[in-house]
Amino acid sequence: MVHMICCVKQVPDPETPASQFKVDEAAKKVLPVPGIDPVADEYAILGVEAALRIREALGEAKITILCLGPEAARDAVKKALAMGADEGIQLTDKAFEDGDSYATARALAAAIKKLEPFDLVLCGRQAPDWDVGVTPSVIADLLGLACVTRASDVKVADGTLQVERVLSDGFETVETSLPALVTISNELGEPRYPQLREIMAAAKKQVTVWSVTDLGLDPSQVGVAGSALSLDRLYVPVHEAKCEFIEGETADEAAGKLASTLREAKLI
Amino acid sequence: MANESGVLVVAEVAEGALAAITAEVLGAARRLADELGQPVQAALLGQGVEPHAQKLIAAGADKVYVVDDPTLAEYQSDAFVPAAEKVCREANPAIVLLGQTDIGRDLAPRLAFRLETAVAMDCLDLAVSDGRLVMTRACYGGNANAQHTCKTMPQMATVRVKSQEPLAPDTSRQGEVSKVAADIDPSAVRTKITGRRKEEAGGIRLEDAEVIVGGGRGMGSVEAFQTLEELADLMKGAVGATRAACDMGWYPIPKQIGLTGKVVSPTLYIAVAISGASQHMAGLSGAKNIVAVNKDPEASIFRYCRYGIVGDWKTVIPPFLNKVRQLKAE
Repeated sequence: MVHMICCVKQVPDPETPASQFKVDEAAKKVLPVPGIDPVADEYAILGVEAALRIREALGEAKITILCLGPEAARDAVKKALAMGADEGIQLTDKAFEDGDSYATARALAAAIKKLEPFDLVLCGRQAPDWDVGVTPSVIADLLGLACVTRASDVKVADGTLQVERVLSDGFETVETSLPALVTISNELGEPRYPQLREIMAAAKKQVTVWSVTDLGLDPSQVGVAGSALSLDRLYVPVHEAKCEFIEGETADEAAGKLASTLREAKLI
Repeated sequence: MANESGVLVVAEVAEGALAAITAEVLGAARRLADELGQPVQAALLGQGVEPHAQKLIAAGADKVYVVDDPTLAEYQSDAFVPAAEKVCREANPAIVLLGQTDIGRDLAPRLAFRLETAVAMDCLDLAVSDGRLVMTRACYGGNANAQHTCKTMPQMATVRVKSQEPLAPDTSRQGEVSKVAADIDPSAVRTKITGRRKEEAGGIRLEDAEVIVGGGRGMGSVEAFQTLEELADLMKGAVGATRAACDMGWYPIPKQIGLTGKVVSPTLYIAVAISGASQHMAGLSGAKNIVAVNKDPEASIFRYCRYGIVGDWKTVIPPFLNKVRQLKAE
């Protein structure tokens, strides 16, 4: 049976209004916003959706969710299990925290190796917290897997992977043999929304927690200790622009004034 | 490796010319190298690309390493990564820079892995401090900036499109061109490109447009974008869309402006029914004047604007279009 592993993570809600987004510069961390809960990384969730579609096409497959994060990240794993994945693995350990993409990839790759045999690893193209998009490629390199990024469609047939990927000016179709790693982009479409019944069933699915020693890694290889990139500063840039609101008795009048203003400013 | 010296740019050629981003990155490389007292190198990978080496020298490179090979005719990471690695090991630079492009996004992480270092992606700013490269990039959808330094060599970064100034091309500049054999085993290329479909979305390229009209979630339909096209045509501009509008299928994906779409730098950007979420604004870091029409007076977009109208675009844009037409006829 084909075995797919989907990497997910929990991030601060990207829909957080900019006015409420605040950073603790001393701690170099984003401050949690009361009432706005963290969410599962939307691209990673599309990775789970892609795996589920592949399973539907094949008739059967095993789908494992892998998540590196604190205990609270369990919610992201539960969401994926509710969508239809079979079991979850959580990598929770202080040693894993605040790693750069390379340190994080080392931990994830070690976990994936522990989950062998597998056929396909699915990741989101980039996570909406750091917006980096590096970790998946490094996981692939650590495991010696072919890596295809920014997929809008993924098909598995007879040990090969067929991917349609997004380019800046169109699409490209790529083929590779399994095992492989693929990253998913939003062009894949909409992820399925679990029904209450599935959410309740997910509570019974197995989630195992692994620490750095469970992976046979040394703490110096992961997290902050294992990172080459150091985060020296995290801050909110100031937007200086002062907007001049153009008004009128009617929308017509305001619109006309705007056009004249732009003409005067030599912008049209 | 030790005694690293130089700022190496992985160049890109597009449609028989240097990609604009390459000239931009070379401009940044030149400034960094001058501060470090080190040379600027360029890696030119492809097939039939050797004639472009001189252009790289005119754009600021002191030495160009050319890897010209049939396996590099089209971008595939399994071919480009070892070729770029080979050049880097030969050139031994202190800094390696790439553009944040389709190629850069894919190549940089793996090249950094091969060189046993790390890369900071999509940097907005690069500077030298105490001999080290300080890399500034946006994160959290553009809500925050992060500043990084790298403990390992070479220090690597990909550079956001339109964030750096290119040098004025100087064809009298002298430089060295060195040919490097590819040594790529074709069987080591594990992926096969089976097709390519260019989305000829037509009109002026967003990346080149001086005037852009953008439509967002509030547009409501595919047809609504026709009004924006009419307006853009009148101003000899282009139309773009937010990810939300593209996800709804109202406008083609190559017209998406934002963090995972195009980065544009028009003189005038008219944002219609766009909330101004940071992920979209990340694509507008180069826009010089932003004007917005939005129903919500609290919309984030107004924090970035020079001018704005609070109102329903359906009641504002048509008369705006008519007035613009009238002004242009005068």
